[in-house]
Amino acid sequence: MSGRSGPIVRAVVIGASAGAVDALSAILPSLPKDFPLSLMVVVHLPADKKSILAELLGAKCQVQAVEVEDQEPIRPGVVYFAPPDYHLLVESEKLLALSSEEPVLYSRPSIDVLFESAADVYGTALVGIVLTGANSDGAAGLKAVHRAGGAAIVQRPDLAVASAMPQAALEACPSAQAMTLEEIAAYLCKLAEAV
Amino acid sequence: MPDKTEDIEFRLLLEAIFQKYHYDFRGYSTASLKRRLTQAREHFKCATFSTLQDRVLHEPAVLAQLIQFLTVQVSELFRDPTYFKALREQVVPHLKTYPSLKVWVAGCSAGEELYSLVILFREEGLEERTLFYGTDINHDALKKAEAGVYALDRIPLFTENHRRSGGKSSLSNYYTAAYGAAVLDKSLRQRAVFSDHSLVTDQVFAEVQLVSCRNVLIYFDRTLQDRAVGLFKDSLSRKGFLGLGAKESLRFSKHAEAFTEFARSERIYQKRGVA
Repeated sequence: MSGRSGPIVRAVVIGASAGAVDALSAILPSLPKDFPLSLMVVVHLPADKKSILAELLGAKCQVQAVEVEDQEPIRPGVVYFAPPDYHLLVESEKLLALSSEEPVLYSRPSIDVLFESAADVYGTALVGIVLTGANSDGAAGLKAVHRAGGAAIVQRPDLAVASAMPQAALEACPSAQAMTLEEIAAYLCKLAEAV
Repeated sequence: MPDKTEDIEFRLLLEAIFQKYHYDFRGYSTASLKRRLTQAREHFKCATFSTLQDRVLHEPAVLAQLIQFLTVQVSELFRDPTYFKALREQVVPHLKTYPSLKVWVAGCSAGEELYSLVILFREEGLEERTLFYGTDINHDALKKAEAGVYALDRIPLFTENHRRSGGKSSLSNYYTAAYGAAVLDKSLRQRAVFSDHSLVTDQVFAEVQLVSCRNVLIYFDRTLQDRAVGLFKDSLSRKGFLGLGAKESLRFSKHAEAFTEFARSERIYQKRGVA
């Protein structure tokens, strides 16, 4: 079912790796200031560096961008970035959580960990999006989003800077919709109107 | 919407573990705990949490293994070098004014953080006047901590961390490599005491000048965090120091007013001087 007139979406989870900054820069700045959903984003980053992702993208966006800290409350219209070297999880519809458990598929933060925890909490009220990247993180997570009744989207692998990650996600979750970055941006804006 | 069956089973399992064995995970953050319990369930080849509950209630041996899943044991020597640099440069000068010192590493796991502090204190000339307490609920981790043996392939990272923390000696002075493992020098544990202690159910056991508790509070809900920080507050002497993980803070803590931000970016707090 591609027309999502049924369940009302409350959150969006996004995973990206190689090529992430450009891809996110093509999506997040299109979101209006009063965007009514919460977004959680995992980007693979070197563990030992302070991340400037939230500042960098926040400067381009109308929505607020923050790097998550312990006990971070979830608010609409905010993009939450996983900090380097921690997994980001959705604890409840009101609260995010961090964990320094083992890396999953060599990644911490892991896209799968975020997506699986978000699917568990939000169920049908979730959209999962896997963007450009050179590994297979996000594939199991997108499958979990779909299994819980959420919407699954991948960036079109043929247009991604690194195609492996959206390709792996598409193979794990064949019913995911493949879209261009522009289509993803438009999709999210349209979701906002439906809320 | 009614709770999912799995969520009910999850809570019952935690309740069963508490009632039978007095390990209390009921106040832990759910998302990460559920993930780890799901891994345990798969490991024990149980289809549901209820099946796992049945096994853990009737087979005490299962509990010991389950604890390995339930507690997170991932650390490094000098993890987050800037934290140890701040301790070295900003906290140590204060500690040098004390004739004797006690340090508490709460949730010490396999001992990486504690040994990092012992090495740092030795380099700064404080080791001989200091007693180091390492506590954890995981007995296997405590045994590992006492042994002080780490995989050799982790040493390059530890060495780089130590250097970036402002290390004044070579890390290779403190271990011997043998059979793929790095064995820490026995002298590092001369002034260390490892013991079983729960931040959830146990009380304060000593007056200390520094508590280092990094990436432990992230696994607790807010009520449990308040309890743990309350223990730290009661355990610390006036003007004592509390070091937390890079993404942890006291901003939501009911004990926030008992501390000042001492090194903000490194999450080092100082207990206020007035009681």
